[in-house]
Amino acid sequence: MSDSTPTVGSPADLARALDATGYLADDGVAMAAFLAIRMGRPLFCEGEPGTGKTSLAAALSEAFGLPLIRLQCHEGIDAAQALYDWDFPRQLLHLRTLEAASDGSLEADTVERSLYTERFLLARPLLRALTDAPCVLLVDEIDRADDEFEAFLLQVLDENAVTIPELGEVRAATPPLVVLTSNRTREVHDALKRRCLYHWLEHPDLAREVAILRRRIPGIGAELARQVAHAVQSLREMELLKPPGVAESLDWARALQELDRDVLDAETAAATLGAVLKYREDLERVARAGLDRLLAG
Amino acid sequence: MSTVPAAPDAGDPLVGFAGFAHALAAAGLPVASDAVAAFTRALRQVEVGDPCQVYWAGRATLCRGPDDIPRYDSAFEGWFGGTVPARTPRSGEQPRRARTAALTTTDGGDTGGDAPRLRVAADDTEVLRHRDIAGLTAAERAHLAELIATLRPRPPTRPAIRMRPARRGAVDPRRTVRGMLAAGGEPVRPSHHRKATRPRRMVLLIDVSGSMSPYADALLRFGHVVARSNPAGTEVFSLGTRMTRLSRALRVRDPEVALAAASRAVPDWAGGTRLGETLRAFLDRWGRRGVARGAVVVIFSDGWERGDPTLLAEQLAQLRRLAHAVLWVNPHAGADGYEPVQSGIVAALPYVDRLLAGHSLATLQELLEVARRT
Repeated sequence: MSDSTPTVGSPADLARALDATGYLADDGVAMAAFLAIRMGRPLFCEGEPGTGKTSLAAALSEAFGLPLIRLQCHEGIDAAQALYDWDFPRQLLHLRTLEAASDGSLEADTVERSLYTERFLLARPLLRALTDAPCVLLVDEIDRADDEFEAFLLQVLDENAVTIPELGEVRAATPPLVVLTSNRTREVHDALKRRCLYHWLEHPDLAREVAILRRRIPGIGAELARQVAHAVQSLREMELLKPPGVAESLDWARALQELDRDVLDAETAAATLGAVLKYREDLERVARAGLDRLLAG
Repeated sequence: MSTVPAAPDAGDPLVGFAGFAHALAAAGLPVASDAVAAFTRALRQVEVGDPCQVYWAGRATLCRGPDDIPRYDSAFEGWFGGTVPARTPRSGEQPRRARTAALTTTDGGDTGGDAPRLRVAADDTEVLRHRDIAGLTAAERAHLAELIATLRPRPPTRPAIRMRPARRGAVDPRRTVRGMLAAGGEPVRPSHHRKATRPRRMVLLIDVSGSMSPYADALLRFGHVVARSNPAGTEVFSLGTRMTRLSRALRVRDPEVALAAASRAVPDWAGGTRLGETLRAFLDRWGRRGVARGAVVVIFSDGWERGDPTLLAEQLAQLRRLAHAVLWVNPHAGADGYEPVQSGIVAALPYVDRLLAGHSLATLQELLEVARRT
């Protein structure tokens, strides 16, 4: 696309652009993402697993034709894994090569300079997001990282630049569009939330879920889509350990398609329930309640 | 974009929006000034005449968690009129039911509240450490609070992903190579590294029902001390007829301020207990998402379960599979001839790593040691 930040006229325009990529955004998501783009702020998405937090970032990158750079957070993630690192073994080889090629008169400064160049820099996601801007940077599951990393991330997002001692400053020509996601395994620091726009994602309602199924799975029958969505909606009401998200209903519908079913009957549902429920206790609970209840309506 | 169409039945729109922030504060959602600034900036980007757009712009800039959303909704309805264009999140909370009569709210058989303040010497302190908290006078309670505040808990640890330099252990190729670079490529002594340790999360679940009320104050103070020792890795919840998260309230430095904030947060002091249901609420909203995963979970309760003990057993089985260790602290377990016969305890025992006493300061200190060794 262009070399500048994405532009968008209104939340409705953005919803249409996302729709074209197959992501059906409701008013809340469209408004939050629209404001994030217009105000140049990161978007902080929280919600149950499977409500489309991560896929929102993918849809935004596709809608604006920008590269998507993903930083998956985990416990103990540090700057070397998120920002950059030096390729020591290659530097060492380079040094040996220089020694072998020279006649024993190596200038220390020159060698030093030749060792710390872009050639030997391993760019990790955060640095790539600054050098490849404009892009969409997805910081996935920030709640799994530590406080120290949060503070470090905050600094990078605030300045849109990092300083590498040996190379100097790397500054993003245009700030990346940042999407952070969290499953609330831990409260993220307020300082980080203050810099962001906040959106809490819900599971979609029946009509929207049917629309999502029909959009994402070409060739699915209207009746089957409605039945799957209805069954998943009733499963979410059942106080399960892990209520199914949209990802699960998509899996289920695909599984039924593979089996060439165009209606969901009790027998098929029982055989394929493993695509939706991931805990033995949940399967038992649904079996106790009776599958017919899911398929009613 | 600065020509904002005035909302119907409002004068100058932006004045109205500034007032909305005050309405939010009144609804129990304090809003920082930078959030208000972000809200007004957001309003310049949207159609102010469309309540739906104003609603979402406000939600993206003024809310910071799902718990804020119901408060935001009610303030929005009250301020702008009309209904909110969204469903409120199902927070998993049950509607408040009328409580059955509270069992007891006496402060634990206070014998002579105006007893002369003792000049407590060291041996008195030692006696106090082993006294049952339920039987203390007001003066002794105050002294106990001071003693609890001086505890310095060391959190339990777990191996981290990260390595730290060490004298022995695996060879650290990166540091070794760096040393070689510094030495111009000549071999140097290999550097070693080992896995570092990180504090393991602790989750305290404190039963605040009627039968536990003599211990509630001391246990909350204990929770405050643990939370202060490792704020990022400690979660405290109260259990009763409902589950309430107290972690944020207890992170304040001053114990009295923290206690007051925590007490305000708990809606069901000295009520009944539905351990099974509140544990399920905890697991659904927090536990399974990661708060209990790999953590040392400590339940402070006497196990008087008014609900169905099989539900409690189910939830504890879940918790046991998530947590690193589950400790159950019962104030009555220290009494001579104690037998775990309450329905809740009987149901819980198969899933509990250790059943500990927790009636005195000494037993609480012992608990900290056990938690570190799990």
